Amino acid sequence: MSIRLEARPQPSRTMIWLSPILAIGLTCCVAMVIFAVAGLNPLSALATFIFTPVTDLYGLGELLIKAAPLVLIAIGLSIGFRAGVWNVGGEGQLIVGVIFGGWLALTYGPGGGPWVLPAMVVGGAIGGALWAAIPALLRTRFNANEILTSLMLNYVAQLWLGYLIFGPWRDPAGFNFPQSEPLAPAALFPTLIEGTRANASILLALVAVGLGWALMSRSFVGFQLKITGLSEGAARYAGFSPSKAVWIGMLAGGLAAGIAGVGEIAGPLGQIFPTASPGYGYAAIIVAFLGRLNPIGILFSGLLMSLLYLSGDVAQMSLGLPSSITGLFQGTLLFFLLTADVLIHYRLRSSTIAAAVVAGSAK
Amino acid sequence: MSQFLPILLATLIAGTPLVYAALGELITERAGVLNMGVEGMMVTGAVVAFAVALTTGNLWLGVLAAMVAAGILSLLFSVLAITFRANQVAVGLAMTIFGTSLGSYLGKPFVGMALVLDPSQAAGGFAQLPLVGLIFSAIHPLVWLSWILFAAVWYFLSRTRAGLALRAVGESPTSAHAIGYPVVRIRYLATLFGGAMAGVAGAYMSTVYASLWTEGLIAGRGWIAVALVVFATWRPERCFAGAYLFGGATMAQLFAQSAGIGVPSELMSALPYLATIVVLVLISRDAALMRLSVPASLGKPFDPQG
Repeated sequence: MSIRLEARPQPSRTMIWLSPILAIGLTCCVAMVIFAVAGLNPLSALATFIFTPVTDLYGLGELLIKAAPLVLIAIGLSIGFRAGVWNVGGEGQLIVGVIFGGWLALTYGPGGGPWVLPAMVVGGAIGGALWAAIPALLRTRFNANEILTSLMLNYVAQLWLGYLIFGPWRDPAGFNFPQSEPLAPAALFPTLIEGTRANASILLALVAVGLGWALMSRSFVGFQLKITGLSEGAARYAGFSPSKAVWIGMLAGGLAAGIAGVGEIAGPLGQIFPTASPGYGYAAIIVAFLGRLNPIGILFSGLLMSLLYLSGDVAQMSLGLPSSITGLFQGTLLFFLLTADVLIHYRLRSSTIAAAVVAGSAK
Repeated sequence: MSQFLPILLATLIAGTPLVYAALGELITERAGVLNMGVEGMMVTGAVVAFAVALTTGNLWLGVLAAMVAAGILSLLFSVLAITFRANQVAVGLAMTIFGTSLGSYLGKPFVGMALVLDPSQAAGGFAQLPLVGLIFSAIHPLVWLSWILFAAVWYFLSRTRAGLALRAVGESPTSAHAIGYPVVRIRYLATLFGGAMAGVAGAYMSTVYASLWTEGLIAGRGWIAVALVVFATWRPERCFAGAYLFGGATMAQLFAQSAGIGVPSELMSALPYLATIVVLVLISRDAALMRLSVPASLGKPFDPQG
């Protein structure tokens, strides 16, 4: 008996929303297997893993801080993904946002007024967008694959930040640690919830959700982007150029990632480190897919992925597992989602039954 | 000449992992499958090879284990991308995130350990032979095995029936299916081969190139390998030459540093990535060349009923 895929006449609406839930459930099963292999009680380890991070107000604050950059970047990326533009350079764009925003903070922060922080946000957005403009230009002008170029630029951005922090930006009073001086108060987001580290940068993510929704569901440009993603030929015929989609998609992602970078240094970090991002640029790709490229969906999947990050820390501290388990579960989740997504367009049929049906109908 | 030889040797050493990974990906792509998970497979391969070589003291067991581990990952990739017809780019990205994390998860206990292998052990019985033994000890067996791999891939693609079938599957799976070629099986085998070679590339990095495991050891070499296939316009001989070109770019930084060139080391380290971008642009700008070279069904799922 072998499994066969049979095309559904119409994509299943139920499966579109059911498949992420299915994927989450299956990932939990895999998690329990890994816990069991590591010699832990699978059920209680899973419970520790999921619930411990968010049992108090402080934990909820942490959940919001980590979800904010993920949601922000994923909203930006999803605009490109909808149009079939594969921007996987979110990590590099975030880092260049850190560099631009960080330069403003280090230069004008100490003596600056309330304008410093908004300037940093704008600067970060410009930095991220410029970094994203490189693959966009290379794609539209020279036909170079944007996946590979945007990925290569992640490494370049990381080296650039490393150069600054190990060189000109290194804190002279930092005991030779690779880090910048602490940012001045004018360069920091105010705390939003007392008793937590949750700061005002979270509001930027909420604004992004609103703007993303308006752009994709309520604007003509959003409609054109969706058409481009469905059929480039149809879009071209309707007078919408694929290069325009590349530009809009890439710049949206870069802008959002750059702002997320500023949110990190002007928020929970308060300082610039060479490792300014724990892989948010990559995780946001999963957040975008898990959220069905839909702003509201992304809000929820961002919170889920943020929980995974916190759980990774819990796993390290109270379960004795490496924190890289977070990435392991992130990848697993995306695998299961992509598998479950098959059920949106296809029905699974075992061929022996199908053969029996065919034989039966032939009688 | 005395300065030229070390540069040549260093280029060989740095180019070898790219030869393995890129030739493997080339075969995968010629069958019409775009595997963007090479980086993740290399990371996992590197960790597994290091762990096995360290515990057994045998390089070849490590390489074999890396092939198996990366092969399992590419089997997973194949089930999703070929059988379930999921978006190949998305599955590849998921594979990279998964493989990279799996590598750092499994590799945690091995960070900071050094691998010391008897150099003559890698060459086996050949080390005792005159002259041949000398060559075998100067150039690592994994290096010259990569030359044999290149010759085999070139011969397979251009001179054998099976190679023709593979190319047919990559160009037009529907026609290949109609003639009676097992499209799905050929794609599975091509992807498994590519994965196994990514495993060898990773094994080479951790056991020969660095003799240690650290996060960031692979540092995008898997992605450079994918870019190399485009650069080579899907032809093995260009892929082979390109690998050494990039090997040279990787090594240039070390020589520049030892020569005392006053450029930040980070800028030199960025060279291979920048070179990849420049080369991609130079090749891709010729749209006609790209159209002629790229396997026509690359990245498109095949539906036997459709």
